[in-house]
Amino acid sequence: MPIGKTITLAHGAGGRASDELIREIILPALGGDPRSCLPDSVVLSNLGERLAFTTDSYTVSPLFFPGGNIGKLAVYGTVNDLAMSGAEPLLISLGLILEEGLEIDLLRRIIEEIGEATKETKIRVVTGDTKVVGRGAVDKIFVNTSGIGALPAFIGRIAPNQARPGDVALVSGALGDHGIAVMAAREKLSFTSNIKSDCAPLHTLVATLLRAAPHTRCLRDPTRGGAAATLNEIARASRVGIELDENAIPVHREVMGLAELLGLDPLFLANEGKLIAVVPEEEAEAALAALREHHLGFESNIIGKVTSDHPASVVIKTTMRTHRVVEYPAGELLPRIC
Amino acid sequence: MKFISEFREGALGSGLVRRIERLSRPIRIMEVCGGHTHVICRYGIRDLLPPDIQLIHGPGCPVCVIPQHEIEKAIELSTRPGILLCCFGDVMRVPTRRGTLFSLARGRGSVKMVYSPLEAIEMAAALPDKEIVFFAIGFETTAPSTALALKRASSQGLANFKVLSTHFIIPPALRVLVKDSSSRIGAFIAPGHVTTIIGPDAYCFLADEYNRPVVVTGFEPLDLLQAIMLILQQAAEGKPRVENQYTRAVRVQGNRRALEAMDEVFEIRPAIWRGLGLIPGTGLGIAPAFAPWDAEKAWDLSQVEPAPEPPGCLCGDVLKGVSQPKDCSLFAVSCTPDSPVGPCMVSPEGACAAHYRYRGA
Repeated sequence: MPIGKTITLAHGAGGRASDELIREIILPALGGDPRSCLPDSVVLSNLGERLAFTTDSYTVSPLFFPGGNIGKLAVYGTVNDLAMSGAEPLLISLGLILEEGLEIDLLRRIIEEIGEATKETKIRVVTGDTKVVGRGAVDKIFVNTSGIGALPAFIGRIAPNQARPGDVALVSGALGDHGIAVMAAREKLSFTSNIKSDCAPLHTLVATLLRAAPHTRCLRDPTRGGAAATLNEIARASRVGIELDENAIPVHREVMGLAELLGLDPLFLANEGKLIAVVPEEEAEAALAALREHHLGFESNIIGKVTSDHPASVVIKTTMRTHRVVEYPAGELLPRIC
Repeated sequence: MKFISEFREGALGSGLVRRIERLSRPIRIMEVCGGHTHVICRYGIRDLLPPDIQLIHGPGCPVCVIPQHEIEKAIELSTRPGILLCCFGDVMRVPTRRGTLFSLARGRGSVKMVYSPLEAIEMAAALPDKEIVFFAIGFETTAPSTALALKRASSQGLANFKVLSTHFIIPPALRVLVKDSSSRIGAFIAPGHVTTIIGPDAYCFLADEYNRPVVVTGFEPLDLLQAIMLILQQAAEGKPRVENQYTRAVRVQGNRRALEAMDEVFEIRPAIWRGLGLIPGTGLGIAPAFAPWDAEKAWDLSQVEPAPEPPGCLCGDVLKGVSQPKDCSLFAVSCTPDSPVGPCMVSPEGACAAHYRYRGA
């Protein structure tokens, strides 16, 4: 029986259609042997002393946008969540929830992107699941991935509550590219833009950073809510203040321009390939140099410092040399009109 | 010229602040436009000024001055069968007695966010079985694009496109404010983008009849500091006039083509401004020649009655410059950007939202 052009409820019913979907579309795109299968569960052994475990679900509109797609996001996002604990990514699961009527070709393209991303990051898909739901129950495709990674022995505790007064905050590059790229693609904004999502796996950048700054206290990737949310989380969890220097925060010129036009603040825009690190002052210069040497970190900068003043809040020194609070983002980002 | 970063230079700002300090005198300056309010709060401009100089916020946030019941008319239309309501994003979160356009978009209403009325025109052409209603809001900055959409609907004979107009025009509202003794406005920072359309001469009456300095101003922190300096210079010379600080965007004659399009499709009518009440000559209704595209003529919306202000909300006084956001007992307590009570907490250009989001350290 040919596989057809679109996903039907039968593809999720567990019978022959499901089997064909997995063997003809999913396994080959993941680089697997179509005669093999993804087991319902996998037995793990000898992965290491300390493991990191994470899960995340992915939905984005449009599914393909300049610089990335939902497939890349689903792998990189989970790789990055593992990397933010300092872990080296090892294994990943792949859960798909498909809307009835989804084009098979589109699904194939997405799974191929997932396959490429797992090859690139050397993470292995070891278990998976596919469900099909009726039209309107999901927006085309939702992807869930869970990941397991191993922590190198020399790494201490890296967590949002570890920042201390005197520490230094760094960002690994320009902020806001992903948020603007997706918004421009989703809303079909009628101006052309060259802005691409920064969507990238950060585990090698983290490994580079941790070799240079082994006492790194916090690592976060500022995705939804942007740097403003991430820095506020660190300030609250560690009961410290964070003081940023607006002049030091890297933002691409085109992103700055479009953000101005739409009334959005780059600090609040999502990123998919940046990290924010808090490191002890004595390791800051080494951390910055290491980040800048990596191809994903060449625009890195020191953006602020951790203080004992104003605990649990983030303050920014503006380009006008005044100070104001950087709030937790509120509500959904809606562009202004004029 | 990069047009952004060089207008945010701290060193140049310090130079302007020193000149402002030398010229300082007690004065209340109203920035009319919500865009200016946003920049003043975001860059902490107040902290740079001598205490004698007070900046007071004006009514120039389009989302803030629309009466609740006008938004309820849009909500009413969006719930009727066969109608798809198109609107700008920032009006979608304004709370009304019937919820928000945003909640309707997620629920039973038929609401679509657009960036331009021309998108609504394209939708009308693509969906001939639907009535596409564009909820037109804003001042002279957005009115020309609505005018263009109406002209296009007329030339393409798009019978299924309608406009629900709540456009306002600014200058007559400034006359009301300057005459209002409770506002005590000594000078105006005039809106930059509105003036690209109407030209600086539209404010001459403020200088000629009411002796108030007026400076048409751009939207970066250095623009605002320079405008304040120019106002103080005018005050020191005792020669109030209209000056154009925003020369990189505003031309003396304004935008003729935009004004002609507005003249053709709109007619001036009285309008109710939230906080300011009824002001003659400040509303833009749709001219008789374009009546077939007027949503208010196509559907009877008279049952949507004016709404009382939410209890305790000071948005009305904030829009007149009589009160500051912090004077309101709801501010940052029950009224926050996550769950706004009044409209000034909704748009980033609203005074309350700007104060909340960019409070001083």
